[in-house]
Amino acid sequence: MADIFKEYEGKLPQKILTDLKQFMPAKASQTKIKQICEQVVKEYNESKADPGECIGNISAESIGEPGTQMTLNTFHFAGVAEMNVTVGLPRIIEILDGRKELKTPSMEIYLKKPHSQGTDIKKLALSIKETTLDDITSEFQINIVDLSVEIMLDKQIMKDAGITNTIVANALKKYTKGYNLKQQDDSFVIKSKSKDANLNDLYKIKEKLKPVHLKGIKGVTQVLPVKRDNEYLIITAGSNLKDVLKLDVVDASRTVTNNIYEIADLFGIEAARQSIINEVFGVIENQGLNVDIRHIMLVADTMCNSGIVKGITRYGIVSQKSSVLAKASFETPLKHIINSALIGEVDPLDSVVENVMINQPVPIGTGLPSLVTKIKK
Amino acid sequence: MAKQTFDIKNHLLVPKHTKVSDKEKKLILEKYSLSVFDLPLIKKNDPAIKDLDLKPGDVVKIVRKSATAGESIFYRSVINV
Repeated sequence: MADIFKEYEGKLPQKILTDLKQFMPAKASQTKIKQICEQVVKEYNESKADPGECIGNISAESIGEPGTQMTLNTFHFAGVAEMNVTVGLPRIIEILDGRKELKTPSMEIYLKKPHSQGTDIKKLALSIKETTLDDITSEFQINIVDLSVEIMLDKQIMKDAGITNTIVANALKKYTKGYNLKQQDDSFVIKSKSKDANLNDLYKIKEKLKPVHLKGIKGVTQVLPVKRDNEYLIITAGSNLKDVLKLDVVDASRTVTNNIYEIADLFGIEAARQSIINEVFGVIENQGLNVDIRHIMLVADTMCNSGIVKGITRYGIVSQKSSVLAKASFETPLKHIINSALIGEVDPLDSVVENVMINQPVPIGTGLPSLVTKIKK
Repeated sequence: MAKQTFDIKNHLLVPKHTKVSDKEKKLILEKYSLSVFDLPLIKKNDPAIKDLDLKPGDVVKIVRKSATAGESIFYRSVINV
């Protein structure tokens, strides 16, 4: 039986083949199996999109119609401490436009055992969260008479975050060149070494010190341990996948971010494509809508065609169109027409929009094939 | 916290990339009647093909895990950055 299936390996997708093997009656004879397989191949070939079928249009309609039913709001994360996630239509637009700055960047950090079973999960989550000087400071005081800045530290917060005075002192050293750093019991005093220091400089150094990184992963502003399918993982607000993957408690093979560009930089264009599919499909599924995943695959393939992620905007994939008229019909028509007039661009009129514009048959479906004469030499 | 080094090939999102031999490349291009750079592109310094030692014009075979087909084969040609 296995020999017969081997014959069909190039002709049918792997999934259909495994289904065939699974559901084939055990008593079926060789000829019957062969007949069934032939029929499946026939059906499969008939279900393929025909050459010239406008699949892009079908995808646009299929994603666009359910899109009208999607929510326009961002939601609070299951009622837990102020964590927001962009969902629904705004998120879809964000992904398909290929935005680099996301509204709510976020990571899903999977952990290795035993932490995935809940050991030390809270401590671990807190150690990933970024702590800056501003977070552990109760007050910044500027002493006008002494011309010094005093940083009052909150002992309780420091203890919770596991930060000692030495860590703070080491971190501050880098940023306070030209200043004297004096450590007192629960405060640091910064004073300029030069005599002609003025108040302006003090303000500047104060503002400069506020975001000094003390502990955790840069960019991660919030952490939330959650349980999903008998496993604990950490969801974060703020994304820095590169640094998270370096931690040895993290199961790096499954940890992901929702920032497509970060994925593309770290894992390459194919991973970015898969990530676009996962993200868009996730949103649509989350909203209780039903869109065939093939439509999303088509969009993702188009966005990743040129080796880098390009959004569906006039700066992204639309700018790659060969036709001037097609580009002009999308957005900012005057700009496109003037630019191509300046360099004497020629429109070959071999796509859809430009032919609609000048009232000609469009090259889709039965309009696609044309007659070519073969000239004998 | 202790550090680890991670090979991105083991990541769930990264499919398997392999170099296509010249003979196979010719067959592919003939089958779809394309020239090399009509294929979808991949940058030479793409993290997933960094250690394959490719030059522009080479073709990479990618075996994707697909939700609909189980496994699907895709080709990309390598370009300079």
